[in-house]
Amino acid sequence: MTTTGPLPARPEAAAVPQRQVALIDLLDRLLSGGVVLTGDLVLSIADIDLVRVSLRALIVSVSEQNPAPQVLSAPSRRRQP
Amino acid sequence: MTAGSLAYTYAVARNADALRQTVEGLIGVGGAPVHLVHTTQGGDVVAAVSHVPEEDFDEAALSRHLEDLEWLEALARAHHRVIEAIAACTTVLPLRLATVYLDDNRVRTVLDDRRDVFLGRLRRLAGHVEWGVKLYVDAPPIAPTPSPDLSPGRAYLRRRRAEQDSRQDAFRAAERAAERIEAVARVYAVDRVRHRLQEGELAVGPGVNVSNDAYLVPLDQADPFRADILRSTDSLAGVRVDITGPWAPYSFATLQEEGAP
Repeated sequence: MTTTGPLPARPEAAAVPQRQVALIDLLDRLLSGGVVLTGDLVLSIADIDLVRVSLRALIVSVSEQNPAPQVLSAPSRRRQP
Repeated sequence: MTAGSLAYTYAVARNADALRQTVEGLIGVGGAPVHLVHTTQGGDVVAAVSHVPEEDFDEAALSRHLEDLEWLEALARAHHRVIEAIAACTTVLPLRLATVYLDDNRVRTVLDDRRDVFLGRLRRLAGHVEWGVKLYVDAPPIAPTPSPDLSPGRAYLRRRRAEQDSRQDAFRAAERAAERIEAVARVYAVDRVRHRLQEGELAVGPGVNVSNDAYLVPLDQADPFRADILRSTDSLAGVRVDITGPWAPYSFATLQEEGAP
C-alpha cells in the first residue's frame, strides 16, 4: 500500500493523511502526461507504446484476453490551450 | 552503480536546500533509495533517480511487465510517491512512467544538454498545481411503469419516451455544468489538458464519465478554484462533478521540442 505525500496547500492534507489516489487517475497522468525524453540515451521508453499499454490497462477489461478493436482507435489525448 | 542495474529517472526538479533532506531516506521503485543526479556544473537543475534491476527494465521485460496490472500499479504508485515528495519542497517536472537510462552518467548528460529547456518549463510551472476535474452523468433512472390502462405498445413507447427525456435532461445538465466549469477555469486556470474519458474496470463511477480534464492553477488560487468547481453542479439534476488533486503538474510536464507521443 502506498499513500501520497503532502503537496503545498493541499486543503485536506491534515485531515486525510492516508488519502490514496485512484489508480485510473494516476495512470491518466503517468501514461499520457510527464515529459517524454527521446533519443538514443533512453533505453526502453521510446520503443514501448505507452498509449497502447494505457488502453489495455484502463479500458479493456483486465480479465478479457482480447482487446476490443473499437477501443484501440479511441483518441488518446487532446490538448487545448 | 551496481552491475546489472539501470537508472530509473522520476523527475527533473529545481534544486533546493530542502530537496536534499527530502530525498534522504526516500524509497523508490522496488524499495531502492532515491538519489539526486546533478549537472556537471552543479547548480539549479537536478534529476531524481534510483537503481532498478536490469532484468525487470530492459525493453523486453518492460513490455511484458507493463501488461501486468499489478506490476503496473506498484510501479505507478512508487513513481507517484517520489514525485509527491519532491513536489512538496520544490518545482518538479515529472517524467513519463518508466524512463530508464543505462546509468547516472547518461542522466547527467541529458541534464547538461537540456538544462535550459528544463529550466524554462520549471519556471513556467513554479507555484502552480494541477487539479483533475471529471463530470459524470448518472445512468438514467428506471422510468415509472405507465398506467395499466395503456395498450402494451403504447406503454412501451411511453416508457421509452420517459427514458429518453431523462437522459436528455441529464446531458443538458452536463452541458450546463461544463459551461460553468469553463467559466471557473477562465478566472483561475492558466492551462488545460483533456484526458481520455474514463471507462472500463478501473473506472469506479458511479455514472458515465463525460469529461476528464486537468487544469493548471496558481497555488494561491487552488482553494477558490476547487470550491467553485464543486459548486458547478449546484441545482443540476443527474450530473456529478469529481475533483482530484492537487497533483504535481503531470499533465503539463511537456517540453517545447518534444514530439507528440
